[in-house]
Amino acid sequence: MTIAVLSGKGGTGKTLVSVNLAAVAKKSTYIDCDVEEPNGHLFFKPKQIQEEQILVKIPKVNNELCNGCRKCVDFCKFNALAYIKNKLIVFEDLCHSCGGCILVCPVRALKEKKKSIGKIQKGTKGEVMILTGILNTGEISGVPIIENLLVENNLHANKFTFIDCPPGSACVVMESIKDADYCILVAEPTLFGVHNLNMVYELVNLFNKPFGVVINKCLKKDNLVGKFCFKKNIKILAQIPFDTNLGILNSNGEIVVNKDKKYHDMFSSLLQTVAKEVQCHETTSNP
Amino acid sequence: MKIAIPVDEKTLDSNVCASFGRAPYFLIHDTETSDSVFIDNSAATNMGGAGIKAAQIIVDSKANVLLTPRCGENAAFVLKSADIKIFKTSSVRLKDNIDDFLAEKLLSVDEFHPGFHRHRGN
Amino acid sequence: MKQLLILSGKGGTGKTTIASAFIKLSDVGAYSDCDVDAPNLHLITKWYSQPNKTDYYGLPKAKINLELCNECDECRQNCRFGAIKADPYYKVDYFACEGCGVCEYVCSMEAITLEPTVAGELMLYANVNKVFSTAQLKMGNGTSGLLVAEVKKQMKSVAVDEKLAIIDGSPGIGCPVIASLSGVNMVLIVAEPSLSGISDMERIINTAAKFGVKIAVCTNKFDTNIKNTERIEEYCKRQELSYVGRIPFDSDAVKVINNGKSIVDIDCTSGTAVKAVFNKTMDLLFEKADA
Repeated sequence: MTIAVLSGKGGTGKTLVSVNLAAVAKKSTYIDCDVEEPNGHLFFKPKQIQEEQILVKIPKVNNELCNGCRKCVDFCKFNALAYIKNKLIVFEDLCHSCGGCILVCPVRALKEKKKSIGKIQKGTKGEVMILTGILNTGEISGVPIIENLLVENNLHANKFTFIDCPPGSACVVMESIKDADYCILVAEPTLFGVHNLNMVYELVNLFNKPFGVVINKCLKKDNLVGKFCFKKNIKILAQIPFDTNLGILNSNGEIVVNKDKKYHDMFSSLLQTVAKEVQCHETTSNP
Repeated sequence: MKIAIPVDEKTLDSNVCASFGRAPYFLIHDTETSDSVFIDNSAATNMGGAGIKAAQIIVDSKANVLLTPRCGENAAFVLKSADIKIFKTSSVRLKDNIDDFLAEKLLSVDEFHPGFHRHRGN
Repeated sequence: MKQLLILSGKGGTGKTTIASAFIKLSDVGAYSDCDVDAPNLHLITKWYSQPNKTDYYGLPKAKINLELCNECDECRQNCRFGAIKADPYYKVDYFACEGCGVCEYVCSMEAITLEPTVAGELMLYANVNKVFSTAQLKMGNGTSGLLVAEVKKQMKSVAVDEKLAIIDGSPGIGCPVIASLSGVNMVLIVAEPSLSGISDMERIINTAAKFGVKIAVCTNKFDTNIKNTERIEEYCKRQELSYVGRIPFDSDAVKVINNGKSIVDIDCTSGTAVKAVFNKTMDLLFEKADA
């Protein structure tokens, strides 16, 4: 089963939850789709890393064939082309690889070449397979990397697959949850937490994904997220208490389930709850 | 020679615009004839690559020099490819900048900030 | 107008909590929330009037006129983003479409046009004394420097005579952050004492440094990891950055924020600490030495 972990806001505990669930499930796959700021590998410290470059197509001009008509410059919606002193300049960072300029060129002066926008690292730690997507700084989009991360082979390698999503609700998040069987929404029980939870709540509903909420950094009182979930009839999968010790371990890059039985039990219990929820949804949607 | 300056409004009383790529207009001032013309910056509302488009507009206007508070690296590349020199404005007033430029008091812009990259999927 | 921008690199460090405290302490007449993806400032800075709302148009998206469509399939085959589906009729996937215009170009029946789409909403709250500019990006749209630039432009167009403006920035180092940096005098970086927090802090400092703005750093929730807090302080000393203070983790802060108030509205440890950070920051911003 493929479980996507997301949140509307950064810093709520997506990586904490996805890394520790993968660790406690033992034989699992952890996929880091937060390609701009992948952090999961800092916790796993995977070994035997294989790397794969992710390529996109970028236009290349043959200046001898180019007649300066500027049809390509005018066509490009992303301003990735400029024509200066009888030379066409391509701004690779801005190119969306749509192929439009190549189509509109009347003299076939434009061809495509491949460019790397980032890479995927595949490694293991114990029985956990760790896939990390890394977008090169300055590149326009992480979507091609995420598409390559979430291929069939990776999603079905192990019984459990956990997808650590980018924060927010933009296209990279949508791409990350597209093939998930279930979504875990991680939220902080604060005013900001509720507000941002609402955004991803709308997103998972739009995609018709079954989901539940994990409330992280809970203090004794004032659980605004709890109230929100109650009102909207949303399943609360777990409430992780605010815990200084857990915070210190996590901030030092430690996988907490490996450090203290208390945390191991907490995440095992969460894993069981999630597995049950997924099975429930499968039987109700596929009777 | 022709001097280009990003401006907020289409008048000589306008202030210099803080942004180059997204300035609504450009002033093109001819130092020989003392003529001043304002041109629209169609890049102002572009989602991405505004600096590049704006720089292309400056190149097409046949300006020799750009006076601006700051400039992105993509725009700078376009301008430098066209041999257009870039100088840092000394104040918000148009006239002061033109005078300072002619008196060779302005410094050239050396540091360019990274571009306003847009994320895919808009 | 002096502009102070509050950034962090990493999400969840406490930017908005600190920004709202600064806004309260300075009684500033102009402030804005540039975290257009997940704006939160309006939850603390209460306004009782309705804002002036403006639609924000993002990239135009393709639309297929089925009456003209002859199902030749050229559009679907040429779309690099898998944004055209044909089940049962030809339709554009709004979220996948990038507005490149290739389908419009290849369609021989002129059945496809690029239509402007509303990608978000700008909001401007204003009264005689204050102006607050913010925006909300609609779900599924990539964050854009353009919307952030519009938020700042909106604030400046009204607050012409203000001496100070405080801007709550967005996390990350991408386009919205670059756009928010344009034209500011000083950046206050809110750092979090964790591995990922430190790594993100260094990245944002590198980005801000390219703009030649004054940079100040403070550590929030410093007592959650003293060793990392000291690492941050050593880093600032080495890089010759102004370090303006430490703010402790404070459960009272959580309570007061949940009630829609700022941490300086009650007597609490984080409130006291943030006042000291505020004073140091203002001293730096309005330094006489700055010509």
